[in-house]
Amino acid sequence: MDVLTTESARARLRQAPLIQASSLPEIAPPSMDHLDQLEAQSIYILREAFARLKKLALLWSLGKDSNVMIWLARKAFFGRVPFPAMHVDTGKKFAEMYAFRDRYAKEWDLDMRIEPCPPIDAVDPTLPPAARSAARKTEGLKLALAKHGFDGLIAGIRRDEEATRAKERVFSPRGLEGEWDVRDQPPEFWDQFNASPPQGAHLRIHPILHWTEADIWAYTKRENIPIIPLYIAKDGKRYRSLGDQDITNPVASTASNIDEILAELDATKVPERAGRALDHETEDAFERLRVAGYL
Amino acid sequence: MNMIVSPARSATPNGTTRPQVRIVIVGHVDHGKSTLVGRLLHETGSLPEGKLEMLKAVSARRGMPFEWSFLLDALQTERDQGITIDTTQIRFRTRSRDVVLIDAPGHAEFLRNMITGASQADGAVLIIDALEGVRDQTRRHGYLLHLLGIRQVAVVVNKMDRVDFGAARFEEISAEITAHLTGLGVTPSAVIPISARDGDGVAAHTPNIAWYKGPTVVEALDALEPARALEALPLRLPVQAIYKFDDRRIVAGRIESGSLIAGDEIVIMPAGKIAKIRSVESWPFTPVEGRQGAGRSVGITLDRELFVERGDIIAHAGASPRDTRRIRARIFWLHDKPLAKGDSILVRLGTREARANVVAIEKAIDPGALSNEEGKSIARNHVGEIDISLAQPIAADPHGDNPRTGRLVIEVNGRIAGGGLVLSVDAGQRAAPIDIVPVESALRPDERSARYHHNGAVVWLTGLPGAGKSTLARALERRLFNNGGSPILLDGDTLRAGLNGDLGFSPQDRSENIRRLAEVATHLARNGHIAIVAAVSPARDDRDAARRIADSAFREVYVSTPAEICESRDPKGHYAKARAGSLKSFTGIGNDYQPPTGADLVLDTSARSVVEATEEIERMLARTGILFDELTDLAANI
Repeated sequence: MDVLTTESARARLRQAPLIQASSLPEIAPPSMDHLDQLEAQSIYILREAFARLKKLALLWSLGKDSNVMIWLARKAFFGRVPFPAMHVDTGKKFAEMYAFRDRYAKEWDLDMRIEPCPPIDAVDPTLPPAARSAARKTEGLKLALAKHGFDGLIAGIRRDEEATRAKERVFSPRGLEGEWDVRDQPPEFWDQFNASPPQGAHLRIHPILHWTEADIWAYTKRENIPIIPLYIAKDGKRYRSLGDQDITNPVASTASNIDEILAELDATKVPERAGRALDHETEDAFERLRVAGYL
Repeated sequence: MNMIVSPARSATPNGTTRPQVRIVIVGHVDHGKSTLVGRLLHETGSLPEGKLEMLKAVSARRGMPFEWSFLLDALQTERDQGITIDTTQIRFRTRSRDVVLIDAPGHAEFLRNMITGASQADGAVLIIDALEGVRDQTRRHGYLLHLLGIRQVAVVVNKMDRVDFGAARFEEISAEITAHLTGLGVTPSAVIPISARDGDGVAAHTPNIAWYKGPTVVEALDALEPARALEALPLRLPVQAIYKFDDRRIVAGRIESGSLIAGDEIVIMPAGKIAKIRSVESWPFTPVEGRQGAGRSVGITLDRELFVERGDIIAHAGASPRDTRRIRARIFWLHDKPLAKGDSILVRLGTREARANVVAIEKAIDPGALSNEEGKSIARNHVGEIDISLAQPIAADPHGDNPRTGRLVIEVNGRIAGGGLVLSVDAGQRAAPIDIVPVESALRPDERSARYHHNGAVVWLTGLPGAGKSTLARALERRLFNNGGSPILLDGDTLRAGLNGDLGFSPQDRSENIRRLAEVATHLARNGHIAIVAAVSPARDDRDAARRIADSAFREVYVSTPAEICESRDPKGHYAKARAGSLKSFTGIGNDYQPPTGADLVLDTSARSVVEATEEIERMLARTGILFDELTDLAANI
């Protein structure tokens, strides 16, 4: 008798009685904590980017967020980062940041691209000083994009940093000039991403968009990821966020290790980027920068 | 310089022990979503220092009364328009939950943003203006919550101050919305009267609503559960990629449901190939010994060399998803151009991308009006039920069986245009995978290559009719054979006479024709032969599919002879017939040939002899590791 001739019979065959003992969970898998979930999601995003784009680069700003991002990329690709890491260099970072870059680019075997920014005269003079300085970095980024022809840039921005960044998509299409059209972002749901930039344009990919500042520190500690010592308090001050030397200020802190940083973050209501001058010059300075293609 | 900060004491990262729930607030425009969010942040002590003062100052400067919603409408463009245009994510804590609040715009214009936000939520708050009552966006959002698979919904009736906190008005709205949601299979967990502006019912029972005995908004949020456990369902691991960074061949993906461990017997769908998991790879420590559950991004190696590709779904033998070329789905549509019967679309399900056709539109509904429309198309921001015919078999589950592999999105021109739930999956033609027991060859690949002096390959000759593909293929076949190799010619027209005799020249049939050619050629290549395929294969997508099937064995040769010369040759008389109008769907005189962009070799046969062209192909094969340089490689083998 042929019992396999109808679909319903086949469907019955797929049911429980035919599952082999070897495939049944004998012990429940360990449950995932908050950091495990963040990590798994970021790895998924990085692998999607690598599968769907032709020429990727990871933007390494040397800060705590992009260091976590490189760590996640190494996890996603089993120890190696299979695309270049790019540092768009304003030339005005702290000495500790350059030392960190040169040491770990080698130690982590990164395929480095260090790209300069144009002189400040080449940048929109109507912007306030710090915003103008940041816009210079955007110009540097545009030049680097044109030079290498990347169609995807992986960037370490987070939703909780700043209100305009909260509006971002994980895969964020940019215009031909690198600009961001916040009013016409495509829908993005169920981890299905819009990954087809028009010819000549590029995508930004944001693998840690869903992380918070506290998540970054807790994960940095758990994974023992190296950090720049400027984040640790010295003489009652530490940097919460690192940018150019002349437009970044430290915050009052006594945190001498990551646990103490986390304890301070838990208590504070001061925003992370409070020390970044460019966010506070005018009400819309940051948004203007982002629309033009700033991170 | 010590850059590594050693942990002074064990970490207890904040928030890691409390359940995190993601909430979306939806409802009709101007019914008070952003105000409720602002009020919730204030009531739970979550506002950054100085933010409230800053916004009050901004309001004063603009000569406007302070609005709680300014808090969220941080973008200047939004403030100018007075509407929220995108989703933002805001965090706060209730007594027992970490809440991630996703604000989603109510304006119909921005439904795509509402969906982007709401799709990430575990639960929803549907807000209704007490004065205006249930409106079209209220109904539409209720419908979309259902389509997004969100089952935990609390309703708040806002602006109760404007109806004098009247219990009768509240009961009226409560009855209407409860009936609407229940009809969609969603039972509201609470219906709460509030005034977000003044705080009644948000975190406290005030005298104004003394007649109300249910939970406040904060209490209702406190009762929400994190997303449902997917681990109890059968294993579904959609394949993201195969990595060969070193001598491991790692199949990477995220476990969407179920769990796995080394030693499990698995089936790779839709092909139904069976293997065992040899190891679960990781970094910096590998392999991972324990069982891995839903939500983990993993990499596994298999106990045998099987063809696995991105888009496949790995399941346990005996509990696999269906393989199908036909799906019925209930979808929402976001594209300007209505979705109509006959439309060509791209379907994404898990990591699979498949071209498809809409073969029927069963229902088209405006979820705001809840009228069943007569039309044959689904308009923007409407929902409907459609039948989809896929160009290739894919693995899928009905949404009721598995919410992760039972949902899909639809892409038009590279942009996501809609999405929805898989209602049913028609069975494929193939026998159930449990019946398939692949038999491995008795010979090892190196035994064959030692005899033939080459590795297996698929040499794919593409180009216009008359470009010289068949001529070159025959010359190459003779040449390789004379050198002791094992070439096999697969001519597109020849195979159409037999294996592909059931196929015509529609885009779907052309794709299937190419798929079969590629499968046969790949089988030969894996057994050490050089399969020479001569086929016009005009569509880049189809050739890309062939490349995916043949993987590293694929060598594309673009025979780029100019169109005028091809037409003047016209060896089969096709151009003449096409010009006369008696040969439809002929590639050559239209513009429907898509030249390759990344071919391994480009050959214009109008500029060189057959012998020269054949030698060029040989050189390419030697350069790319298919043909061995006789002396050195043979010596290396001894």
